[in-house]
Amino acid sequence: MEKARPLWANPLQFVFACISYAVGLGNVWRFPYLCQMYGGGVASVVVSFFLSMYYNVINAWAFWYLFHSFQDPLPWSVCPLNANRTGFDAECEQASSTKYFWYRKTLNISPSIQDSGSLQWEPALCLLLAWLVVYLCILRGTESTGKVVYFTALLPYCVLIIYLIRGLTLHGATNGLLYMFTPKLEQLANPKAWINAATQIFFSLGLGFGSLIAFASYNEPSNNCQKHAIIVSLINSSTSIFASVVTFSIYGFKATFNYESCLNKVILLLTNSFDLEDGFLTASNLEQVKGYLASTYPGQYSKVFPLIKNCSLEAELDTAVQGTGLAFIVYTEAIKNMEVSQLWSVLYFFMLLMLGIGSMLGNTAAILTPLTDSKAISRHLPKEAISGLVCLINCAVGLVFTLEAGNYWFDIFNDYAATLSLLLIVLVETVAVCYVYGLRRFESDLQAMTGRTLSWYWKIMWAGVSPLLIISLLLFYLSDYILTGTLQYQAWDASQGQLVTKDYPAYALAVIGLLVASSTMCIPLVALGTFVLRRLRRGDPAPVA
Amino acid sequence: MSRVAKMSSCCYNETKRQQHHARRSKVKEASPLNWELGPDVYLQKCESDAENAFKVRLSIRTALGDKAYAWDTNEEYLFKAMMAFSMRKVPNRETTEISHVLLCNVTRRVSFWFVVTDPTKNYTLPADEIQSAIRMNRNRINNAFSLNDQTLEFLKIPSTFAPPTDPSVPIWIIVFGVVFCIVIVAITLLVLSGIRQRRRKNKGPSEVDDTEDKSENTITIENGIPCDPLDTKGWHINDTFMTEDERLTPL
Repeated sequence: MEKARPLWANPLQFVFACISYAVGLGNVWRFPYLCQMYGGGVASVVVSFFLSMYYNVINAWAFWYLFHSFQDPLPWSVCPLNANRTGFDAECEQASSTKYFWYRKTLNISPSIQDSGSLQWEPALCLLLAWLVVYLCILRGTESTGKVVYFTALLPYCVLIIYLIRGLTLHGATNGLLYMFTPKLEQLANPKAWINAATQIFFSLGLGFGSLIAFASYNEPSNNCQKHAIIVSLINSSTSIFASVVTFSIYGFKATFNYESCLNKVILLLTNSFDLEDGFLTASNLEQVKGYLASTYPGQYSKVFPLIKNCSLEAELDTAVQGTGLAFIVYTEAIKNMEVSQLWSVLYFFMLLMLGIGSMLGNTAAILTPLTDSKAISRHLPKEAISGLVCLINCAVGLVFTLEAGNYWFDIFNDYAATLSLLLIVLVETVAVCYVYGLRRFESDLQAMTGRTLSWYWKIMWAGVSPLLIISLLLFYLSDYILTGTLQYQAWDASQGQLVTKDYPAYALAVIGLLVASSTMCIPLVALGTFVLRRLRRGDPAPVA
Repeated sequence: MSRVAKMSSCCYNETKRQQHHARRSKVKEASPLNWELGPDVYLQKCESDAENAFKVRLSIRTALGDKAYAWDTNEEYLFKAMMAFSMRKVPNRETTEISHVLLCNVTRRVSFWFVVTDPTKNYTLPADEIQSAIRMNRNRINNAFSLNDQTLEFLKIPSTFAPPTDPSVPIWIIVFGVVFCIVIVAITLLVLSGIRQRRRKNKGPSEVDDTEDKSENTITIENGIPCDPLDTKGWHINDTFMTEDERLTPL
């Protein structure tokens, strides 16, 4: 009974789908159907489900910023006025205008995770739109997804190239690049840096999500998967490096700009306090003059001294932000200082959208493929309805992240929904393919399908190195969780205009535990289930057709 | 270090010289108006932190860079003229003259204090009046010196911010609406075409074996008969993968 399985129109579509998915999140190369035998599939689907619930919120934010980029001046470049128009809004003065726009205007964040607040209709609308766009792309299966991924894979590269040219010509970009390429030796000696790097590659390629399994299952069996595996991994890594060059040149520009405005503020303060000639104090003679003033007018200097900030370029470069903060705060801060900032802003958020939607296509494919493949469900509902239902459920759950405390829940999902469980899933998959199914059988399958023998490199990697690496990563994470004690999160304090650390309440900890447990427990549970079922079947004398 | 010391001592001397010069010019100005009282009264009126006195600070080089002009007595005259002009716009003060405006303590920064005196009553005009007059004419005063609110500062007078121009419909909603409508239209078109294809397929002879796969977008139709898109390489090993009997190691 042959199934009429849809296929990619040409291999290039598959490669682009993988690239589009991997550039953002990624996956490791697997062979279709095998891992689903041992419950790894269900676990993958569960993790993909969690992922698609919260990941599309990022797309919603990208839409929000994209729509707001069509204004002059950009709304995150100026602070709004306060109620009686004598100055700027207090919260905006304390923080910067970009942080204010992110925390107050976009998220309208509450002071802690306990204050849930109300549903924000603006992000909710953007989330709805994001899910509609995803639905549009997956509506027709690989036929439409195949065409969309050309776009979602290639456009980010075009925008990155444009940004590379613009970024390298910015004032202060070289500071950022120097910072990127000078290794900090004491950091390299810290094992945590290496573990973070390994984790990044691991998740960048997106192991265990099942998405590349899903994509690959639409391939012809004679597809040269080895070549594609190497291509996708190489492209993923070189894209990361390429994107880092762009990011660090923008970083350097922002740090230099902030450093220079900090210096200018100090210069203005000193010029006004001591009535020095305008333009006399410059960055080069600042230290000299400060020393001179301290010695000549000690009384007055001591009054001014607490107000003088210590400006340091290193400190600006060290303020490393990651995740959603990097995308939405640091980049917008850099963009608002460029000329024709609306154009750069539109380009940037469009690229972010493409990346996000490409990854979302992978995620939803991971959920939908098992659903449409399973005979029970696809008998009753057409493919469009299944996709629509999945999108609807995800959208409804995703509305949680548009509450005032939604960003805190987002961080919970981001940090815990995927990490531990994925490591476990991939470990199980590797072990299953190599040891349970047998590496020799796998090798002969590959040879039969692709006509090429498996080189010894792959065998060593799959059978030995990878499981060891993953086990060590797992152990590290577990020990890290145990050692740090209670989990904490960063909450936004409106009065101070900065983030403060708080402890998670009990129910949040329970949700975290549930997240991790539900995906990791799938594997042993389904394995146990199949084992029990088979035992019952063997013991049952009645013939089973 | 020594160069800096020399420069600041020069500034100090310059400041002293300017103050002396200013004092002397005030003496000359004061005499025709109220010569019987003498110059000292007027000097007391204009001092740092005197009652009804305002401190003004200019940052000409910051604003204009290379095109910066030097601050000399002619510029001071223009300033006095602008102050008198502002006061003349206040009701009951239309007779303010340039000589009623007194400047003192001019520093190299450039910063100075000024007061506006009332010629008849021999006192300085109240700060509120001067403040409101300046606020009303702030733009004209700024433009006379090619400066703006940040580079020509009146230290006790806050600048008024322009009210934000909010369009009636926020721009982002317009863009959102456009994109939303396009997406909805595209989805409707795709869904409808899918339904139409399915109906056409159901009308034709259904020789497809698998009833569960309803996605017909890859079924090619030749001569009205749908073909199974076989995995065309024609190899049979695929079947062994599908069988469920084969398990490797019993647990």
